[in-house]
Amino acid sequence: MRNRPRLYVSYASEMALLPTWTQKVAALVFLVFLVLIPFGVIPGLGFLADNDWLKILSRVSIFAIGALGLHLLSGLAGQVSLGHAFFVGIGAYTAAILGGEVGKGTWGLGLPIWIWLPAAGIVAALIGALIAPTAVRVRGIYLAIVTLGLVFVGEWLFRSLPFITGGAQAGRKFPTFEFRFWQEEVPFLDFTSDGPWFGIQMTSEAKIYILLLVFVIIAVIIAKNIQRTRVGRAFMSIRDRDIAAEVMGVADTKHKVMAFALSSALAGVTGALMGAFVGRLVPEGFSLFLSIQFVAALLIGGIGTVTGTLLGATFVLVLPRVVQDLTGLLASTAQTGSGWTAAVANFFVSTAEGDPGIVSTLPGTSPGLNIAQFNLLLYGLLLIAFLIFEPLGLYGIWIRIRNYWKSWPFTY
Amino acid sequence: MIPTILAFAEAGGQDAIDKFANATSSGIALGAIYALLALGLVLIYKATQVLNFAHGALAALGAFFAAYLATVLNFPGRYATFLPLTMQWLLSALVAVLLTAVVGLVLERLAIRPMIGEPLFSVVMITIALDIVIRTITDDLIGTNPRPLGDPWGAGNFHLGPAVIAKSEVATLIVTLICLIGIALFFRSRYGVAMRATAFDQEAAMAQGISAGRIFALAWAIGAGLAATAGIFSSLFPRSSIGVSNTTAFFAFRALPAIVIGGLDSITGAVVGGFIVGLAESYAGAYLVGDTWSFLGLGFAGVMPYIVMLVVLIVRPYGLFGTEEIRRV
Repeated sequence: MRNRPRLYVSYASEMALLPTWTQKVAALVFLVFLVLIPFGVIPGLGFLADNDWLKILSRVSIFAIGALGLHLLSGLAGQVSLGHAFFVGIGAYTAAILGGEVGKGTWGLGLPIWIWLPAAGIVAALIGALIAPTAVRVRGIYLAIVTLGLVFVGEWLFRSLPFITGGAQAGRKFPTFEFRFWQEEVPFLDFTSDGPWFGIQMTSEAKIYILLLVFVIIAVIIAKNIQRTRVGRAFMSIRDRDIAAEVMGVADTKHKVMAFALSSALAGVTGALMGAFVGRLVPEGFSLFLSIQFVAALLIGGIGTVTGTLLGATFVLVLPRVVQDLTGLLASTAQTGSGWTAAVANFFVSTAEGDPGIVSTLPGTSPGLNIAQFNLLLYGLLLIAFLIFEPLGLYGIWIRIRNYWKSWPFTY
Repeated sequence: MIPTILAFAEAGGQDAIDKFANATSSGIALGAIYALLALGLVLIYKATQVLNFAHGALAALGAFFAAYLATVLNFPGRYATFLPLTMQWLLSALVAVLLTAVVGLVLERLAIRPMIGEPLFSVVMITIALDIVIRTITDDLIGTNPRPLGDPWGAGNFHLGPAVIAKSEVATLIVTLICLIGIALFFRSRYGVAMRATAFDQEAAMAQGISAGRIFALAWAIGAGLAATAGIFSSLFPRSSIGVSNTTAFFAFRALPAIVIGGLDSITGAVVGGFIVGLAESYAGAYLVGDTWSFLGLGFAGVMPYIVMLVVLIVRPYGLFGTEEIRRV
């Protein structure tokens, strides 16, 4: 058996979360890497300990939980859903009612996090289960349109319930990351202020990052475990051939409803965390674009795999920052640099009035796109490029690299 | 029954009749635009099995072309000054529609053709990505302020019985009818028959010497042209007195309920669905407002199409005129 790492001698070992020693070690090293990020001790990546970057990474964690939810529904069960943002919104507002304080014209019960966070998932799951029987009557493209309708109806609903959501464009405050037993004054665990933990000085951003890391690891384990057990196999059989699955005794509607409920639960948790992280959300935030971002994360990362989903979530949320930095770099090169680098930079960036370029660092009037628009454009183009050239996404690229090095230096 | 109506007429009187007539007439004009949008969507879906989520972006692009040609370039009107102003504007609109059709051709060739045979999710997503790309560029071209289209009708209107009807509404209705008749005639022509054959059975059509690729391109060109037409007429006076703006593209998402109500692959269904959605939205906008309905909040008329769609889908999962999918193991 030695030197045959892919030879499984038992079903349990094949189904294990991390089947080989290489994977166990790699997972551990990666975990240590993630935990060490906020302390800035990793050579070359010290900039990630910056509060800005920690915030982006925290957003990635929050977003990844919801993306894992969509992975269960669309990646495993094969149900095309554009309505994920609606369930994110349900979760966010459940958390706001239960955990938030009474604001100007808004309700709030001020309950502790161990109530509002699970409740956000449960309420979203219940609403998902309530809607699912109607939604699963339709299939394929019809389902995409119905779930799209759900987002628009949801947006209107959130706008017209000002006592819960704070109303259009105003929004409301959300509960914060403070752990209390009940409604006592001083929380026993506080993530919202800087201060030492076990003798190590940490900023609030670093603390929240660690907390969210724990949440996302729990979500990954849940998603992985669903995927490799009976329910997950039922989902995949429905995705691959629903009638064949039914003939073999997989209850079609039951599992589709289950997929909806599970995916909505994770979406709801994402919503609650999003609210707590940002502090104030407007009802317009739960729009079609949020849904599209989730789907994009799945497709860019590689649909149907947990690793791909995580890669995609990271990519989708880190891209805007990279584009911003890159544009800033190009702008400064165009203004102060010389030679061909400045010429290239000048072609892309317009820094002055009347200066043609694709991106403009000026607000408003100049002909180029502003940075937000340029981000959107790149986002769409990347999505198209991935779908056409690499349908398996980032995960597919990784598989190809891995397979190349497996037999290196031999070609096969 | 009759006493109720009498009581209603007595209570509301002439006002109630006026309100109903106005809501109906604007609902019909709105329905005509939804029907145009739905027609393009259904045409593309029938021929290529792709639901084009970028339809709204194409509509906005077409409206922008029309605004730019008519108000900035004065093309081709400046070469045809002998024509009346209405004709000059219509020429600009026609050129805008043709330009958008060319954009549709390019999109099909670059992004849709490579996706043939890919899973549904990917195809849906690529049209959404196209929507993002085109909408971003169009938004930038339009700018922050809405652009007027420079149409000859403006805010002009006339009275027909109790209803006040905008001239541009009549123009919309006429153009929709022309497009409908045009599509009906097209389906009887050589290429139309080829398109129907391709939609029915691609392999059999190819065996008969029909170029499926050319049919796909044609469907996208016509679909984009119809989108542009709808975009231009949806940017005229009664709905948006200001012209084409950054919200024009979102308007088209409300045509999706129309095609679901009618059935994705039915031309008749698209038209019927379009008018149902238009009337429902118009009546909701006219009647479900005021103190009694204040709990509905703002913008309820905008979600009315989706609510009608959900109700129809609960009763008929394949729409009113759609063909039920035969599923094989």
